Amino acid sequence: MSETKKLDGRKIVSEIFNAPWLLTVLAVVASFIFGGILIAASNANVQASAGYFFARPGDLLAAIWNAVSGGYEAMFRGAIWNYRADNLLSQIKPITETLAFATPITLAGLGLAVAFRSGLFNIGAKGQIIFGAMLAGWVGINVDLPFWIHFPVAVLAGVAGGALFGALVGFLKATTGANEVILTIMFNYVAELTLTYVLKTPILQAPGAVNPVSAAVRDTAKFPAFSDQIRVHTGFLLMLGCVVFVWWLLNRSTLGFQFRALGHNPSAAKTAGINIGLTYVLVMAVSGALSGIAGATQVLGTEKFLTTGVAASFGFDAITVALLGRNKPWSVLAAGVLFGALRAGAVTMQANQNVPIDIVLVVQSMIVLFIAAPPLVRAMFFLPKQKGVAA
Amino acid sequence: MKQSLRTPIFLAALTLLQAVLIFVVPAKSTNVQGYVDGDFFHLPDLSVNVLVSGLIALFVMLIGLVVSVLAVVKQHRKTPRWVVLAFGVAFSLQILLYLYAGKTMTFTSLMQGSLALAVPLIFGSLAGVLSERVGIVNISIDSQLLIGAFASAFAASLSQNLFVGLVAALIAGALVSWVLAVFSIKYVVDQIIVGVVLNVLIVGLTNFLFSTLLGANTVLFNMPPRFEKLPIPGLAQIPVVGPVLFNQTLIVYLMYFAVAGVWFALFKTRWGLRVRAVGEYPKAADTVGIKVYRTRYISVIIGGAIAGLGGSFFTLGQVGAFGKEMTNGAGYIALAALIFGRWNPIYAAFAALLFGFAENLQYGLAIIGSSVPSEFLLMLPYVLTVVAVAGLVGKVTGPAAAGKPYIKS
Repeated sequence: MSETKKLDGRKIVSEIFNAPWLLTVLAVVASFIFGGILIAASNANVQASAGYFFARPGDLLAAIWNAVSGGYEAMFRGAIWNYRADNLLSQIKPITETLAFATPITLAGLGLAVAFRSGLFNIGAKGQIIFGAMLAGWVGINVDLPFWIHFPVAVLAGVAGGALFGALVGFLKATTGANEVILTIMFNYVAELTLTYVLKTPILQAPGAVNPVSAAVRDTAKFPAFSDQIRVHTGFLLMLGCVVFVWWLLNRSTLGFQFRALGHNPSAAKTAGINIGLTYVLVMAVSGALSGIAGATQVLGTEKFLTTGVAASFGFDAITVALLGRNKPWSVLAAGVLFGALRAGAVTMQANQNVPIDIVLVVQSMIVLFIAAPPLVRAMFFLPKQKGVAA
Repeated sequence: MKQSLRTPIFLAALTLLQAVLIFVVPAKSTNVQGYVDGDFFHLPDLSVNVLVSGLIALFVMLIGLVVSVLAVVKQHRKTPRWVVLAFGVAFSLQILLYLYAGKTMTFTSLMQGSLALAVPLIFGSLAGVLSERVGIVNISIDSQLLIGAFASAFAASLSQNLFVGLVAALIAGALVSWVLAVFSIKYVVDQIIVGVVLNVLIVGLTNFLFSTLLGANTVLFNMPPRFEKLPIPGLAQIPVVGPVLFNQTLIVYLMYFAVAGVWFALFKTRWGLRVRAVGEYPKAADTVGIKVYRTRYISVIIGGAIAGLGGSFFTLGQVGAFGKEMTNGAGYIALAALIFGRWNPIYAAFAALLFGFAENLQYGLAIIGSSVPSEFLLMLPYVLTVVAVAGLVGKVTGPAAAGKPYIKS
């Protein structure tokens, strides 16, 4: 009697320990702890007080606390809510910054999620973003049309740029069997160099400019703004629409079923009558199109002109977002907002606390590594080893 | 059948391009200079008319094309490799002469620059060979090079001793590849994911440490000594090849030994046979008593150490200080080189040389003021890789078990 009761109790505990969300949370926590160690170790006060640790150990602990809490407090103020500001707009500005970063990251992450679900390891978000931005930017700068035609055409140009660049990879894989990881890595470099080239030649360079920058996008091609005080724009709404679309595509449509079938087992998909080659091309086209939209939102909404840095680190962010979101559209959105917050917060952290912005890369990659290896996270937090072991 | 026709079609396209170029490029002369001070004897400069050499190249290419078509259509065989090689050499040499038309091409300095760019690529591709031959896909070569560059600069600067720097590079590279091995083998994480993430982790980490440590106190942390050139008496005076191959730093000589050593270890020793067995069919290897996990750990970690050593070339062998993201994607090109070289250390080294040459072209051409935009020349290695994996090589077959985790049952 008492034994069954005990078992039940353990069962509840084990269910909590085995919940996937717990591991995700713990992975994020562990990565922030690691980031905190880096912040503390690089802090001048910490280093100074470590010199006389045995004389006054309290100083070291206080210095560590100040460095880490100061850093993460700045990150919070930069990413979510600036409670030190005196008016509402400045107070909520951080969260709008987060959403501004989250828009392209989530869009490209969705694109990669589609590819990953279909068994294609598309590393090429960067190149696809660049081609999307390049075409959208070209239409936005050079074509003269009224808003209701110009804006959709410019966005569609971005879609087409990303989709074609992606589909090229799918086509090469389908016809020659070349490995998509290698192809997409190489195409990223090709895209970057193409962008530099067009920005240094009259194709896209602003007339009279010395630097590789384009002219400003025409007003008729810009994403309508919510307010000119904040950077997030209606591209954010387009991103939300894309989340719904990808959810529908993957879970409700025939095409999405074919994509997933390809991802599960290509030979079985082939036996079931799915045209593998065509599906490769379509997967990569859809995947590239989403990254292309990401490029379009950057050039037509956030930046409003084209530079060589248009893709920033969104290509890598997209990979981590897709992995953290386990390739599910709504989770990708959540992961995109989280990493958007990291980016936005790191800017403030660098400005206020002198913590280099590169800490984001470290925390981000740690999160993905930990998420990918649940047993490691369990071991770090002294959780029971596997499912069922605790029961 | 369809697969084997690809090579002739590809060769035909290049031949056509060459035929067009003969008409387009004006018939100037290219001055080829092969002599460097101190050589045993003075090699006269060579003046080559690009029209004449173009016709010769076209002739060689046509023969190659015919042989290739005959082999495929009549004999249903693959195009012999030497034909492709001769074709490629004729075509590339001619393109080089075109690019320098009307100018002077100093062959030796062109080659020296190529080798300098190829050294880290070669080290990196050796790391890839060791890792992939044992069944672990290594996308993280770049991170191993980068951490090697960082650690060697840091340690050599602190100790003011080059060899401490080299040892630090070895250890740092091995550590990163150990992480790759642990996550791929113990935690069965997708190897490509681990590789990509490691690359970014190391970029973030080295950038962070650069900003907080190296940048803050450059004199203490980022001013390592540099390796001096050690000309090998006798060999260094051979015209053309001597100054290129035998007037180099210690790291380059280590590279020669590493290539030979990895080749010997993989193909001539019992250990190498085991490594390859584990990479092809781990279950069979396990059945005959080879310790699959241990073999994988050892091979991957040795590979990482070699890549770390290669990273030290960036700092101790060349620049003399660490810079943010100074590998500039060399690890990815090393990966391409190893695929190009079909997972063979010697072929991979030659492929890396080819990539180094392609990369170096932009510097050579910038000096003479060529009109070809530098972006396109920079693109060359990447386009070459795409052509290689999609065009010539097609479905490259690496080690069968690469990328697949082995779970002992």
